[in-house]
Amino acid sequence: MTSLEDKFEESKKLGLQIVRESEEDRLMTLSVGPQHPGSGHFRFTIKVDGDYIVYCDPDPGYVHRGEEKMCEYRNVIQNIPHLERPVIHDSSNITYSYSLAIEELAGIEVPRRGQYIRALASELNRQVYTLYWLAIYGIFLGHSTMFMWPTGDRELFIDLLEALTGARVTHAFNIPGGVRNDIPDGFKERCLRQMRYFQKRLKEYEDIFYNMPLFRQRTEGVAVLSKEDAVKLGVAGSVVRASGVPYDIRKAEPYDIYNEIDFKVQYMKTGDCFARSYVPFLDMQESCHIIEQLLDKMPQSGEVRAKLQPNPKGPPGETYRRVESGRGALGYYIVSDGTPKPYRVKISVGSFRNMLALPYLLVGQKLADMPAVYWSLNYWPVEADR
Amino acid sequence: MATYPQNFRFGEFVGSLIWLIFWILVIVTLVGLPLIFIILFYVPLPPVGGQVLTPYLFLTMVVDPSRTMPIIQHLMTTDLFRVAMFPGFTYAALIAAVTIFVERKFLAKMQLRVGPLYAGKIEGILQLIADGLKLIAKEIIIPSGADKPMFWAAPIMFVATAAAVVALIPAAPGYVVADVDVGLLAVFAILGFFPLIALLFSWASNSKYPFIGGLRALHQMIAFEIPFILSALSVVILSGTLNLTGIVESQIQSYWFIFFLPISAFVFYISSLAELERIPFDLPEAESEIVAGWLTETSGMIYGLLQLGSYVKTYALAALFVVLFLGGWAGPMVFPPQVQTPLINIAPLYDQQAANGTLWFTLKTFGVIMLMLLPRGISPRIRIDILLHTGWYKMIVLSFINIFVALALIYGNILGPGGLLVR
Repeated sequence: MTSLEDKFEESKKLGLQIVRESEEDRLMTLSVGPQHPGSGHFRFTIKVDGDYIVYCDPDPGYVHRGEEKMCEYRNVIQNIPHLERPVIHDSSNITYSYSLAIEELAGIEVPRRGQYIRALASELNRQVYTLYWLAIYGIFLGHSTMFMWPTGDRELFIDLLEALTGARVTHAFNIPGGVRNDIPDGFKERCLRQMRYFQKRLKEYEDIFYNMPLFRQRTEGVAVLSKEDAVKLGVAGSVVRASGVPYDIRKAEPYDIYNEIDFKVQYMKTGDCFARSYVPFLDMQESCHIIEQLLDKMPQSGEVRAKLQPNPKGPPGETYRRVESGRGALGYYIVSDGTPKPYRVKISVGSFRNMLALPYLLVGQKLADMPAVYWSLNYWPVEADR
Repeated sequence: MATYPQNFRFGEFVGSLIWLIFWILVIVTLVGLPLIFIILFYVPLPPVGGQVLTPYLFLTMVVDPSRTMPIIQHLMTTDLFRVAMFPGFTYAALIAAVTIFVERKFLAKMQLRVGPLYAGKIEGILQLIADGLKLIAKEIIIPSGADKPMFWAAPIMFVATAAAVVALIPAAPGYVVADVDVGLLAVFAILGFFPLIALLFSWASNSKYPFIGGLRALHQMIAFEIPFILSALSVVILSGTLNLTGIVESQIQSYWFIFFLPISAFVFYISSLAELERIPFDLPEAESEIVAGWLTETSGMIYGLLQLGSYVKTYALAALFVVLFLGGWAGPMVFPPQVQTPLINIAPLYDQQAANGTLWFTLKTFGVIMLMLLPRGISPRIRIDILLHTGWYKMIVLSFINIFVALALIYGNILGPGGLLVR
């Protein structure tokens, strides 16, 4: 009985050109993105051994636009329209924390009605973003109805925001000192009607997507991120809440009028793909309640915007303020040197921190789970690149 | 931005078109017509309606519709008609075309969309023609390093194999291209070619994603081939014949087999979804995972042919389902025994049994096709390991249950001895 080694030696003696297969030869390197339908403006290199992913190397930066540097050449008001470009679907939230930081630097007091409208706009925008995210999650799993339905319902929220702000996606609505304009006539009734309809639709989403056995099979127990790992990796938003950490900036450090609103922090304990895909859905339900409360508790009349100087500026100093966006904590660190232009602006986004969890989660998964795991991280490539 | 040439003149364009038509007319009258006459003069034509067909007679038949009837009647008895027209390719391609359109509208209604709308004014009815023209006009890109002969051959082989399945399926009494005794066996033999074509094409593409897609297609089709064949085996046990026409006739004599073998029908339906690579089993083409699977490097008409092939295959498998479980062309008679039409009498062409059989067969096939389209609207894609587990463990066990049911029915003398067809 000759072993494999003997046979190998024997073949060498016979002069056969036989090369032994190395471990690396078994692997196939796949470049996912930026031209891959399952990646977005993002690329990651994966190595697969058969159907299992053994290595993952994220490579962001394809849509880096230098937003932070651009902020240093414009004054604080001029910064708003370009700052919302990283996440146009969530543009009210990304300007929300900027406004909060500038207000703290310049010492501006926002009128109460302005605070309510600001929160209303950002909650509506959260719905728009999450619906878009859910649509893409649906098509990533091959569920085309789940792509069409949220995209269609998102249109209704966009119509609401258009009535409120005048623009469909990039509103530039939340500005330092409040909001640009007051809510139009009949907006409250329209918005409440919309919410009632949308809550019915959410039940249908649950029936066709989340309760579908095939979807459950694909996502339950896949790519589990434990509570400890989630905290260690510093993931944010729905990802950390899916791992059993009930952390929401709206509760943890309430800004504006969020301490007057009664809402629960939705979280799940399993930390798998299903939990990560289900928590944003629960957030949408909670957001509906928040919008109803905001419309109820809003002062009937009053100013919506504080009077500002033409070029608002504050004393030299620095500040860090953050809000809960659709993808987790979204913070601005702003240093001012007393001039109308900020000295330094640093945007801290949830997307980037969630992306860091990708290599940890993807290794050991099957190739077929790659889009499900990737998009469950609630990652928006354009925001992460800034 | 102008997309037309800089020195474009509409008048010149129309003028050139008129010149073109003029020259075509001139060439047809001076060359084409004499050529046709010469051919008709020398080629011996078959005697039709007791008359020898001369060029003169042929032309009178073209002018007088009542005299064309014998020619058409003669044509309908030929093999060429069977292969090219009715149970053969044209019928299958027509159903495939309607399927594509119906699928798009049906899915759109399900997803609160409108679907194709503009081409052809009425609900986008000409969308398919527009898409076909677009595909024909597109450049065919072959990746460098691709195995060219294989790359070109695979789409044609795919369509040909799909059409070969169609050839074995009886659409109406007497209307079948190849009425072979081992019809069902031949169907499965031909279906076995599809994973081979997918794998060869994916290997010929010389690209990673097509290769993964091809391997997935191979795994999937092998996993579902066995339950597919086993579910048809119980039908064979009941009817006692492998001939597809015989299977339909045995169902006409008793009841449709779906009442005896519902589990087999279910297994057959699921397996045919897997065989067709339709959602939820579209792993070989999983878009978000492996770009477009084994179709990644296809472009232009190569893609068009593969799509046509897959829809012809959809028709073939739906028709097979109808033949095996839903009684083929069986159905209540709705046509009158004789027809009288004004102006042109089509009575000699009219066959009551064939017309009725075609109607019911088409209706049933469409019903099954709609059932096959349905999962696309409600289901996500399945994962490969769950798919293989379903195929190898669950489906095979389920199909065995109905084999035992069929055996019990036969050996318990509940149904005819040794199969229904044997008398």
